[in-house]
Order: sequence, then structure tokens, then C-alpha cells
Amino acid sequence: MTGAVAPALRVRGLQHAFGRETVLEGIDLELAAGEVVALVGPSGCGKTTLLHLCAQLQIADRGTIDDGFATRACMFQQPRLLPWKSALDNIAIVLAARGVGRDEREHRAREIGLRLGLAHEDFAKFPHQLSGGMQSRVALARALVVEPDLLLLDEPFSALDIGLREEMYRLLLDHLAARRVGVLMITHDLAEAVRLSGRILVMAAHPGRIVARIALDAPVAARDDEWIYQATARLLSRAEVRDSFGLPPLHAGRGRPARAPSASIGSDLRIVEGAPVLPFVRRTQRC
Amino acid sequence: MKSLRAALAKLPAYLWSGWGAVASLLLLVAAWELVAQQYGPLVLPDPRSAFATLAHSLALGDAGPELMATARRALAGFASSVLVGSALGLLAGVSMTASMMSRPIVTVLLGTPPIAWLVLAMLWFGASDGTPVFTVFVAAFPVVFVGAMQGARTLDNQLKTMARAFALPPRMMFLDVYLPHVVSYLFPAWISALGISWKVVVMAELLSSPDGVGAALAVARSQLDTAATMSWIVAVVGLLLAVEYLLLEPLKREVERWREPGAAPGGAAT
Repeated sequence: MTGAVAPALRVRGLQHAFGRETVLEGIDLELAAGEVVALVGPSGCGKTTLLHLCAQLQIADRGTIDDGFATRACMFQQPRLLPWKSALDNIAIVLAARGVGRDEREHRAREIGLRLGLAHEDFAKFPHQLSGGMQSRVALARALVVEPDLLLLDEPFSALDIGLREEMYRLLLDHLAARRVGVLMITHDLAEAVRLSGRILVMAAHPGRIVARIALDAPVAARDDEWIYQATARLLSRAEVRDSFGLPPLHAGRGRPARAPSASIGSDLRIVEGAPVLPFVRRTQRC
Repeated sequence: MKSLRAALAKLPAYLWSGWGAVASLLLLVAAWELVAQQYGPLVLPDPRSAFATLAHSLALGDAGPELMATARRALAGFASSVLVGSALGLLAGVSMTASMMSRPIVTVLLGTPPIAWLVLAMLWFGASDGTPVFTVFVAAFPVVFVGAMQGARTLDNQLKTMARAFALPPRMMFLDVYLPHVVSYLFPAWISALGISWKVVVMAELLSSPDGVGAALAVARSQLDTAATMSWIVAVVGLLLAVEYLLLEPLKREVERWREPGAAPGGAAT
């Protein structure tokens, strides 16, 4: 579709309303292959709606979504497995939907399941017989088995404990390292966004809009806990972010933390400003 | 095919588990025997004479046609209530307006005593098969309808969204997402409807038909033949037990295996 140009997801001037309530307004974003973009914002700011629009599960009222990626897969807040199908069939069903033959789809489902930490005996189990972590692995396997070019993640790991979440991140990052997948992920966990993404779009509610765009220029593999902690703290000290989440402003001036986190760690791993905040967002910010 | 084989493989274990049920039925027979000894054969004949009467009339070839006639009417009414009730219930469940409109109507239907329908049916259909079949249909229909409507109403929106996100084609949408869910509501409704059909058909026959178990019961009553009455009851209840526990219950277990805590999908694991 886009010819020689690298595939990308381009969203321009997106606006959407449920009834008379505008949930999204003036959303512009671009996501290239191999890029991880995180959408952070408080509950109810329209993150999920935006993701649904990108997944073409809903039609936007206004604006364009140009999806140049060939294959798309989603992960939702809950694993959303079919309770009457075995773990293997839950993974393989998305291949069946693409007309892959039975033997091949079971082979591929098994292969990716094993890679994501499922055991052979788990494949025959029904979802309710699996633990939450195992269900998430099945859901991740189901998303990755189609080898998507665009991965849409809606807080898929928010219900997992911190150890499991770390492992799911690692599995996801391993997969991303091997393929140039574009990832648009929703989260309300700033640390998760800092951990995984190359760019963070901060959203605010009423109406849902992007109020800040932040680029993280450190390679994902080089980010350790300390760096994530520092970067999250700095992100959280920004006025737009505090405002978006309804946190009280910091005392010491506009958007600067009272005591800046130590700059000795991560001085080479900077948070840099990406595209400037849209002028129109500035105007509406105080509404 | 795989699931059929898996179901057949589990049949012996299922039948073996039936000993508990048989034992409790035998306890009931023992209580019957006790009461019979207390009050004498005119009030309640003992189980052995009831079974002997049944065996005798089966051997003579009297009971067979009566049971067949009753089964035919019950199953005709049951089948039509299953077909119409399931279809209309699913349609009603898909639309919010339709389900809200149909709820009071269903309450009216459920609340109307079958005997009232029977009187109307006798006026409309006379002594033909139509009377018991219609009465059975009207009595079983609301039960099936409600089950189907609930099944369609409670379809999980999250699963629907997931299925759309992965672009499942309509055929898979129906077979893999909608149907298994709906069946888990439909099946129990069908089983209750079958029980209702069996009871109502005998009542309808007793008042309206020249043949069938109900008619035979009417004859036994007029002759004060309690042994024959008990033998017909045993025959009807025995048939219902057989259909429910040898056909429907194994089928239900197979269909709903994914709900059991210790289940593993038949044949999926290799």
C-alpha cells in the first residue's frame, strides 16, 4: 500500500464521541516499524478507544487512520481466551481464521507456546485450569503466532505480579528484537512505559487528547531498574503528566522536581523532548 | 469424530458411576414396599406386583403401542418447542427491545397452568394428537425460550471484541464463539423441557386421548386397578430416566467438559 516507504501507522486529526461526550479530540500520532510507542494517561482518557480505533474495531467520527502494516494483532487487559477451547486451540484459532491448515497451525502454536514458557502438558488444558500467568502467556502467544507487524497492547500485563510482568516484558522484548514490529501499547503505569517504549505519549481526559510527547533515547536493552526508576521519577515531575493524572503540582517551580533525582546515573540515558506539544492542546489544557 | 470416540471411551466409567443413582432409586422402592405393606394392595400395591403387571402387559403387547403413542406425542411437542423456542429465544436475546418485550409474555406463559391450555386445546383439536402435542408445546416452549434468550443475552462482549480483533470469519464466529456459549444455556433448558413434556403429555392424554399411557391410566382409575396405575407410572418414569441419563446427561457432559475442574479436551492432546 505504501510502496517502498517503510510501513507505518499514521493517525491524523482523529476525533471520536460516544453520544454527546467527546472522548477523543485532535489525535495525531505516527508509529513506524520497529518502534514502541506507549500511550499513558489516567483511566477514562480514551486510551482504549484510541486503540480500538487503530484496531479498526470502531470507526472514528472524524480523522484518518492509515495502517500500512500487513498484519495486526491485539492483546487486551484480560487474556480473553475462549473458555471452551484448550490452550493450544486458543492460540491456533487465529491461524485457523487465516486459513492455515490444521497440522501447521498446531505446530506453530506449539512452537510459540513453548518459546513463551508454556509446558507441553499446558496445551491440553482449558483456560480455567491455567494460572493467570499462564493465561497471559497463551494470550501473548495468540497475538504473536500470526507474526504481526503491528502489535496493539491494552495493558495486557496489568493484573500480573511484578515477577511475572518482568518475565512477560522479557519475552515480548525478545520477540521484538527478532522482528521489526511496531508496537502501540496502552498503560497507566509510567514505569512500564519507561521500561518498554521508545516514545511516550501522555494523554489527558475530557476530552481525550495528547498533551505531551516524550522520546526516550536510551536503547531498551540498556535500561536497568535504576535507570527506569530515575526516568519514571523525572517523567512524573513534569507538569503535563501530573496534571493529566490529577496530581497536585510540585512546589519548586514549573514542572521541575523539588529535588532532582541524582543525575549521576543515567546521565547518558536522557529523556529528551520529542515533538513539541501541539499548540491547540496548550490552549485547551486548562479547560 | 475425536470427541465421539472420547465420549464412548468414558461411557463405562459413567455407567459405573450410576450405581449410586441405582442405590437411591432402590431406597425409594424400599420405602414404597414399606408403605404398601402398611396400607394394603388396594391403596398401594407393592412394587413387585406393579412390576409384574407391567411385565405382563408388555409381554401381551398391550403396553408397547400405548408407550409408543405417548412417546410420539411427547417428543413431537418437545421437538417443536425446542425448535421454535430456541430460534425465537436466540432472536429475542440478540435484541434488547425484543427481550424486554418478551419477558412479561414469557411470565404469562409460564404462569398459565397447562391444564388451562389443555381445555383450550381440546376445544381446538378435539381428540386428535394435536391436543397433547399442543399442550406439551405450550408448556415446554417458555422454558426453552428463556434459556435461549439468556444464552444470547449473556454472550461475552470481550470475547466478541477479541474475535473481531483477530478477524475470525463469520463461520468460526458462530461455531467457536457463539455456539458453545449458547449451548451451555440451551442444554439445561432442553433437559427441563423434556421432563415437562413427559409429565404434561400423560395429563393431556388422560383427559383427551383414546390411547396412550394417559388413556390407559384413565381406564385403570375407572377400574380401581392400582397395580396397573403403578405399573404405568413405573413405565413412564423409567423411560424418562433412561432418556435423561443414557442420552442427554452423557451428551451434556461431553458438551460442557470445559467447565469441569479436572477436564482435559478429548483428543486435543497428543
